Amino acid sequence: MDLFEYQARDLLASHGVPVLPGGVAETPEQAEAIAREIGQTVVVKAQVKTGGRGKAGGVKLADNPEDAKARAQDILGLDIKGHITHRVMVAQASDIAEEYYFSYLLDRSNRTFLAMASVEGGMEIEQLAVERPEALARIPIDASVGVDTAKAAEIVDAAGFAPEVRDQVIAIAVQLWDVFAKEDATLVEVNPLAKAPDGTVLALDAKVTLDENAGFRHAEHAALEDAAAADPLEAAAKEKDLNYVKLEGEVGIIGNGAGLVMSTLDVVAYAGEDFGGVRPANFLDIGGGASAEVMANGLGIILSDPAVKSVFVNVFGGITACDAVANGIVAALQQLGDQATKPLVVRLDGNNVEEGRRILAEANHPLVTLVDTMDGAARRAAELAA
Amino acid sequence: MSIFLNENSKVIVQGMTGSEGSKHTSRMLASGTAIVGGVNPRKAGTSVDFDGTSVPVFGSVADAMKETGADVSVIFVPPPFAKAAVIEAVDAQIGLAVVITEGIPVHDSTYVWAHAQGGSTRIIGPNCPGLISPGRSNAGIIPANITKQGKIGLVSKSGTLTYQMMYELRDIGFSTAVGIGGDPVIGTTHIDCLQAFQEDPETEAIVMIGEIGGDAEERAADFIKANVTKPVVGYVAGFTAPEGKTMGHAGAIVSGSAGTAQAKKEALEAAGVRVGKTPSETAKLMREIVGA
Repeated sequence: MDLFEYQARDLLASHGVPVLPGGVAETPEQAEAIAREIGQTVVVKAQVKTGGRGKAGGVKLADNPEDAKARAQDILGLDIKGHITHRVMVAQASDIAEEYYFSYLLDRSNRTFLAMASVEGGMEIEQLAVERPEALARIPIDASVGVDTAKAAEIVDAAGFAPEVRDQVIAIAVQLWDVFAKEDATLVEVNPLAKAPDGTVLALDAKVTLDENAGFRHAEHAALEDAAAADPLEAAAKEKDLNYVKLEGEVGIIGNGAGLVMSTLDVVAYAGEDFGGVRPANFLDIGGGASAEVMANGLGIILSDPAVKSVFVNVFGGITACDAVANGIVAALQQLGDQATKPLVVRLDGNNVEEGRRILAEANHPLVTLVDTMDGAARRAAELAA
Repeated sequence: MSIFLNENSKVIVQGMTGSEGSKHTSRMLASGTAIVGGVNPRKAGTSVDFDGTSVPVFGSVADAMKETGADVSVIFVPPPFAKAAVIEAVDAQIGLAVVITEGIPVHDSTYVWAHAQGGSTRIIGPNCPGLISPGRSNAGIIPANITKQGKIGLVSKSGTLTYQMMYELRDIGFSTAVGIGGDPVIGTTHIDCLQAFQEDPETEAIVMIGEIGGDAEERAADFIKANVTKPVVGYVAGFTAPEGKTMGHAGAIVSGSAGTAQAKKEALEAAGVRVGKTPSETAKLMREIVGA
């Protein structure tokens, strides 16, 4: 889960990382009130989970509360790369003497954590990594040890921080590790980490990604979810504990197992090329079990998607044999009754496949077509959606 | 031969008394796996009956190993306790720890990986279906009756695609099929399996199944180019996955331009691997190679 800047800022602050005073506003009036409380020049920043806000007009300075209200008015509702701005952060503006970069992240390739730091912050770090890799220190972190003051000093010295900020940055590096480890983050990135003219080092902007698998030990993380921005179908699916992702297409997909469902999307997209570019409408993995109830919940979500014109149910009977899956489909259709209005192409393979196919054939539901192979079924589903 | 698991493997189950653990212990036993014990500190000294087979419960992995000579542990322990369970298996120096549990925080997996360095335990998973050497032993949740012993080796990030591919090639059979799991940090990689299959005299050809996210397939492609002389066919899932969305598996995510299916396919093809467009086409490519 990616956090908004204001959420990341609050999280950093709660672990002692120095940040500037500020708050989040959903209306121009709220922005004005926050600016009044701060009592000096503020920066009004669009809260969107994408880069390039400044260039898109999403970051503005305001000299007084009235000005902050006007700038918030300009920015709220702004479309930044397809992200609509629903909130702005109003923070005390700071003059910047120097900009640095600091992050901790999961290094999948090396199965460890990585600290990255540079005294050349502010710019896109990917660009810096390509253009001047020597300016970006990359220090692996032993996950079973973590970052103490000595390790933080190693990182800070590798990046070449100047003596007058060294101790401050070391302290911040330890605090940021505290955020990364204790909050189960997979990314904590501060860019810029800034030196104010008075020599104080502060986190001016931060990106944090939290591991959703760790939700069981962070009940408070649930409140950070951006429920308003979630697709309504995705939200409905989440409520039913379904693994669903909305896509832009016409063929609804249900399958068991993440890999098989991903593969199903691809096979439908290939088949769709022959039918005017028909595409998969969603990802939905109902898991190994595939009980009638889960099947009914899944079908319910997919059939309520107005973009869906046909549905492809692609199940490999492994743990759950095909007869159980077929019974699940029949029961699900019964449960849905008149709500089931779109043609269903079903492909079953694996354990007890003959029995599964027999059950579906016998039920003889007018909406259901049984196709033997995954490729053939994908073709049929694409054709029906064209 | 087979890789990592054979007819002499003695298997214990951590989390055997839980619902998933007991269901799959029963299945593993039914497929002929030598299940020699379960681990549960609160039920040590008792035993569990699985359709007439009595399986003793031990207080720790170390106790179970001492009493039974177990060399494989299959772990079904739920996410909040999985880290401690895997560490226990590693500290007991069991040869193979197969972590089925889905939903383990990546900080825990990364910690366990760091902790296991220099030790003698191979970890498979987490978030994986385990591995099967058909006709010999089955450690995990892969259905045992899909196919038989044979000459194909299979390594895959995905469970159901593993089953699908085993089914497509069921008449030829498999030496070992390994589901390595769909998490961002896993113990055994495509490369580890490719190397083992390369060294296994029974394996004549290898199917490698990948999916979006990370760079494991690209690394595997480099490894194949340098080290694998047996024929390899590949399949990659997730060409239509949008950027920034997790597709079921915690590790299946395209981040920016990194981790795309296209890049993985190109890397594999550049290494001489024939990559199928669909699972069926991939199976067909394998048939051409093994002449069946």
